[in-house]
Amino acid sequence: MIENRPWVTFISHAVLILGVFLVAFPVWIAFVGSTHDAATMLRPPTPLLPGSHMLENYRKVLLEGFGQASAVPQWRVLLNSLIMALGICIGKIAISIIAAFAIVYFRFPFRMGFFWLIFITLMLPVEVRILPTYEVAAKLGLLDSYTGLIVPLIASATATFLFRQFYLSVPDELAEAARVDGAGPLRFFWDILLPMSRNSIAALFVIQFIYGWKQYLWPLLITTKESFYTVVMTVSRQANVVDGLPQWNLILTLGLLAMLPPVVVVMVMQRQFVRGLTETEK
Amino acid sequence: MIKHVTFGNRFLPYILLAPQVAITLVFFIWPSGQAIWQSLLIEDAFGGNSRFVWFANFERLFEDAGYWASFRLTIVFSAAVALLSLGLGLLLAAMADRTLRGANAYTTLLIWPYAVAPAVAGVLWGFLFNPRLGLLPYYLDAIGIQWNHQTNGNQALILVIAAACWNQVSYNFIFFLAALQSIPKSLLEAAAIDGAGPGRRFFSIAFPLLSPTAFFLIVVNVIYAFFDTFGVVDALTKGGPGQDTSILVFKVYNDGFRAQDLGGSAAQSTILMLIVIALTVVQFRFVERRVHY
Repeated sequence: MIENRPWVTFISHAVLILGVFLVAFPVWIAFVGSTHDAATMLRPPTPLLPGSHMLENYRKVLLEGFGQASAVPQWRVLLNSLIMALGICIGKIAISIIAAFAIVYFRFPFRMGFFWLIFITLMLPVEVRILPTYEVAAKLGLLDSYTGLIVPLIASATATFLFRQFYLSVPDELAEAARVDGAGPLRFFWDILLPMSRNSIAALFVIQFIYGWKQYLWPLLITTKESFYTVVMTVSRQANVVDGLPQWNLILTLGLLAMLPPVVVVMVMQRQFVRGLTETEK
Repeated sequence: MIKHVTFGNRFLPYILLAPQVAITLVFFIWPSGQAIWQSLLIEDAFGGNSRFVWFANFERLFEDAGYWASFRLTIVFSAAVALLSLGLGLLLAAMADRTLRGANAYTTLLIWPYAVAPAVAGVLWGFLFNPRLGLLPYYLDAIGIQWNHQTNGNQALILVIAAACWNQVSYNFIFFLAALQSIPKSLLEAAAIDGAGPGRRFFSIAFPLLSPTAFFLIVVNVIYAFFDTFGVVDALTKGGPGQDTSILVFKVYNDGFRAQDLGGSAAQSTILMLIVIALTVVQFRFVERRVHY
């Protein structure tokens, strides 16, 4: 950096490598667990080095499920998570981008009232209104459906704010020029604003996909049929089976499959992820 | 707040707002109103009849030693999670900011736990520390520590805190690293010319400049520890042993769905809502005054 101090540099690297090790260690042990057979996983201590049953475990979990504990092939459950995560993230972006457009580019009665109404959702996470939200969803017949998994979670104050912030930074001349050329609001939105919002959309996509994939409490409430379970809740269910021993080799296999999509998204789209986090949360 | 150039259309803005507003009303405002209303009712065990009882549910709650225990537990838990994950995040960010080579690689290797669902994090840590099979209890036993978080409340709490921190450190790391990288290099160079070493430069220049980020992160971390850790607790300990890791958000769920105490659960929801509102207001006040001093 500024001066050359080999010792300080050495210590920095040592601390970082230790950090990387601590962060990765539980996942390494889980990965190793997913490569052994059931018998090995019943003998303490659990192994430190991979075994030879990896393909077998992954095939079994994906195509056959957990045997007696749950016979649903788990590709189904992964697909549910994917549908839920994509639905939440696309839904959030879609309804927020048009809501922000209305708030920034139109004058109409109760404009600020709507703005505050959306703002309030920030203060009401699912966890604090569990029972009544569940009751509303049940009354609307949303239990055990993709609509029930997705729609109640797609209102988003953060996404609306991000788009509002972005629109406010767009030069007025653009809207003026569009108007002079005779373009209506929808034309302006579709041909000019939307292409300009590409970066914000990409950043939000990463953040909201992860948000959707990580959901746990809501799917736990809203689903009773195994064919609608999400992968995150299945991992936890199987690890906490009441009757019988947990099948750790299979649970850890599914655990790794549950981590893979969002982790890959974060690592591949690191730039958008960091941008999305630091911009939406401010 | 609004553009100077606006479009004139009487209905379009309402149509554009309709989906967002409809979902907010149906799934946020209405249930929250219901929670507040239900917190003032007592329902018969067999459903159907409910009586309006003013604040009886709250009185019952405040007289309940179990609720206060859960409250204290939540404060200890949140403080531990926030301080540990902030401290570790800052340490790692400061070190990554120093390294010329590899800062990006370290970032990639450190940020991904954020993408792991809290419930999955709970399962991983539960496996690592499984009293019967786990690797760590086996080695802890060798140095004379009996590990069993299924029977030992303190160990259960330590484990839940560790798993929650593991999940949250990367978030803090990202924000601290971004803040450190935005500090003008000329400030640090000037200090170096004046003879300040790396430690001095960090504590006298970088650290004060980080304070707005740190304030913001404290609030976000407390909100995380209060609400988002439900998955960690549910997957790892189910609030047990006994009530030793039953933090408030877990208790709302447990009392409402397992014990079917609707009024009590609604009263707890109402209190949690007040806590989130207070935290959000604090957060926005700090964000409004993002001044460096």
